[in-house]
Amino acid sequence: MSTTTPATQSSNGPSANGSRATKSKPVEGAVRWLDDRLGVAKGGRTMLDKIFPDHWSFLLGEIALYSFIILLATGVFLSLYFVPSSAIVVYHGSYVPLDGQKMSAAYESTVNLSFAVRSGLVIRQMHHWAADVFVGAIAVHMIRIFFTGAFRKPRELNWFIGVTLLTLAIVEGFLGYSLPDDLVSGTGIRIAYSIILSIPVVGSYLASFVFGGNFPGNGLIIPRFFILHVLIIPLVLLGLIGAHLGLLVKQKHTQFPGHGRTEKNVVGTPMYPTFILKTTGFLFMVAGVLWALGGLVQINPIWQFGPYTPTRISYAVQPDWYMGWLDGALRIMPSWEFTGFGHTIPFEVFLPAVLFPGLTFNLFYLWPFIESRVTGNRKSHNLLERPRDRPLHTAVGATGVAFYFMLFAASSTDVLANFTQISLNTVLWFFRFAVFVIPLIVGFVTWQICREMSGIQGVGKRKRAVVVTRSATGEYTTVTTPPRPGDGHKELDAEPVPAFIESEPEPVGAGEGPGVRRISRQD
Amino acid sequence: MTATPVAYPVARFDDPHMLPLAKNPRRTERVVGILLLIGVAGFASYGGVYWVGGQPQLEGIFLGVGLFGFGFGLSAWGKYLLPQGPFVEDRHPFASSEEDIEAMTSAVVDRGTMVVRRRGFLGGLLAAGSGIMGIVLVFPLLRSLGPTPGKTLETTNWKAGSHLVDAQGNRIHRADLEVGGIATVFPEGYTADNFSAYDQTILIRPVKYPFVTKPGREDWTPDEYVAYSKVCTHAGCPVDLYQEQLYQLLCPCHQSLFDVLKGAQPVFGPAPRPLPQLPLKIDEAGYLVASAGYDQPIGPGFWERS
Repeated sequence: MSTTTPATQSSNGPSANGSRATKSKPVEGAVRWLDDRLGVAKGGRTMLDKIFPDHWSFLLGEIALYSFIILLATGVFLSLYFVPSSAIVVYHGSYVPLDGQKMSAAYESTVNLSFAVRSGLVIRQMHHWAADVFVGAIAVHMIRIFFTGAFRKPRELNWFIGVTLLTLAIVEGFLGYSLPDDLVSGTGIRIAYSIILSIPVVGSYLASFVFGGNFPGNGLIIPRFFILHVLIIPLVLLGLIGAHLGLLVKQKHTQFPGHGRTEKNVVGTPMYPTFILKTTGFLFMVAGVLWALGGLVQINPIWQFGPYTPTRISYAVQPDWYMGWLDGALRIMPSWEFTGFGHTIPFEVFLPAVLFPGLTFNLFYLWPFIESRVTGNRKSHNLLERPRDRPLHTAVGATGVAFYFMLFAASSTDVLANFTQISLNTVLWFFRFAVFVIPLIVGFVTWQICREMSGIQGVGKRKRAVVVTRSATGEYTTVTTPPRPGDGHKELDAEPVPAFIESEPEPVGAGEGPGVRRISRQD
Repeated sequence: MTATPVAYPVARFDDPHMLPLAKNPRRTERVVGILLLIGVAGFASYGGVYWVGGQPQLEGIFLGVGLFGFGFGLSAWGKYLLPQGPFVEDRHPFASSEEDIEAMTSAVVDRGTMVVRRRGFLGGLLAAGSGIMGIVLVFPLLRSLGPTPGKTLETTNWKAGSHLVDAQGNRIHRADLEVGGIATVFPEGYTADNFSAYDQTILIRPVKYPFVTKPGREDWTPDEYVAYSKVCTHAGCPVDLYQEQLYQLLCPCHQSLFDVLKGAQPVFGPAPRPLPQLPLKIDEAGYLVASAGYDQPIGPGFWERS
């Protein structure tokens, strides 16, 4: 049975029928002016028609992109007030508890821009929140790419760019976190110095060059971090994000399999006007959430930590979340220092803080090749995989995610011990084993779940209710309820974006006219 | 371009995706309008709060709600009032024809060969020159950044006869610390941050006595005062938490524990070595003095450390 229900009266869109040769003098003039010089009309039109497939998980990368835009905007604001200097000043500002204390100009200016500049605190906190969300969105976006197989040929290049973006985002976040020169971030810089120092052969020289001498250097590290944080790395990030998006336009989006979706097409909504409106709205939503976080949820209250001095420290010293996996690795690493032949290799630092992240990012870079070699699959893929359809791949991914998550959790051994009232010793030994055992369990369970799911018919389809009745004689019968409206629907056939999109509803009783799409139901 | 009049419905009542708002575009328009109005109201309220002096929480609520309302409105507009398709566009394979690939390859190879064929001397000069340029550019880009480490990692300003002083430069008298107390001390004359980063020393007067931290250090702890480098041998954080009843020092960064009574031997955590101990004595006036400097480099490990 096939039915067509007319939509109710629509109020938007032009009501003109017949010829759609819409003219707009100013727009046409602008198009013509540009076209005469750059020939934009044809390519521009193609760009407007660019198809964006819809799926919630495609928004993750957008969150990262929009967080980055917000980071640029808020960062410019902060740079107008921040003083990147380690020069010692005496504070006499509006925050009374710090009055008369010696501190660096960097710390003083950060406190001042928080308390003495209107909206300064909100924008500073928004910047910090946006950084945490930026790295988080990149990480989750990358996990999505991994599980759906979107990194496979022909998209390995964009995977490399993405891994580089993740690496740089983490570095950029650490640098920014270090700039206020408060007690907690200063301790982080001190640990960074020790990490550089741990590199065999060149470590002490490298550390001395980077810091301009033995720690804490001669007031050079804050200005150096500043120029890296506000100019060099953002420029590289900007360029790479441009390349990331450029490749995405060139190679077009991946899409999940579905009605009418093939390796050779893209099905979705057009860039203009539908996608552009939705995504601009999403930019505003991301901005709104980050702004609200900046105003309502305190983050990095440096005036409570106090200015950095090398002799002080506080309890529960932890970096921002994206450094947690490295801090956790440092914590659970046994004290395996190598000494011999007149030299020392501090493996207790070098292994978890230099070798391990190096291996991690190299593994990320090489993954597309490793996988294509293992599976022998060298075809191009534009259709995404459902994670459940590739149990082994998904299990490997889940193992990796669990591994890094456990390391992240290990970065709060002291807090966990305090909270659970279990001895720190026990917590530490638990994590030394758990970081390896739990991921394996997670991987195995994931593998089992995927295998189960891929064996079930109709996953993701609406289940029909089953009515069980008992007759007078005690006999049970089961009857499946009839399908509800919308069950077993067929997706609409996709069509190329026409020259004119008219969103007027079809008149009541419209039949089989050209271009009128119908919805058919299977009962 | 010829135009074919085509009617594309917005999401409809019987659309399988059942976008509820799309059932009634007029109502949707009202909802979008309300959302945009919330946005405008939020912006205006933020402006008002700013105008009267600003308040972080109110600023956060007003502009946050404003931006979110505005964004939600725009997205709803795009989702419910504009054509959803599905529309399709073709993908075109990237691979070029065999001829093009071969032409490109041979162009690269042939012309490249042309450059170096029978020009081995020039090629060698080019390679050597580039190499030398690369090496000399390391000087300004890396070497100029800072001094070589020299002996800075292996020495401190502590030497025989250095008086122990606190951060303000006051000498520490034998009666200054209560039994069970601790203090952070520096060699007299070196209390600035630049020095204290590696000179910092933790002075402890454990309740338990008498004790000998290690054989051969019997006279390092006069009046049961004991002093250790405060720089953790793991990653260099100040080891600043003293657990008085356990006689242990804890580094808050990565939870290394050091046994104060046994020469700061690490008993737990990732620290590989004891904190170096500073030998103490008491001068005639009763002030604490280092009887020698540290006998080994302080702090985390590095390649040159033997």
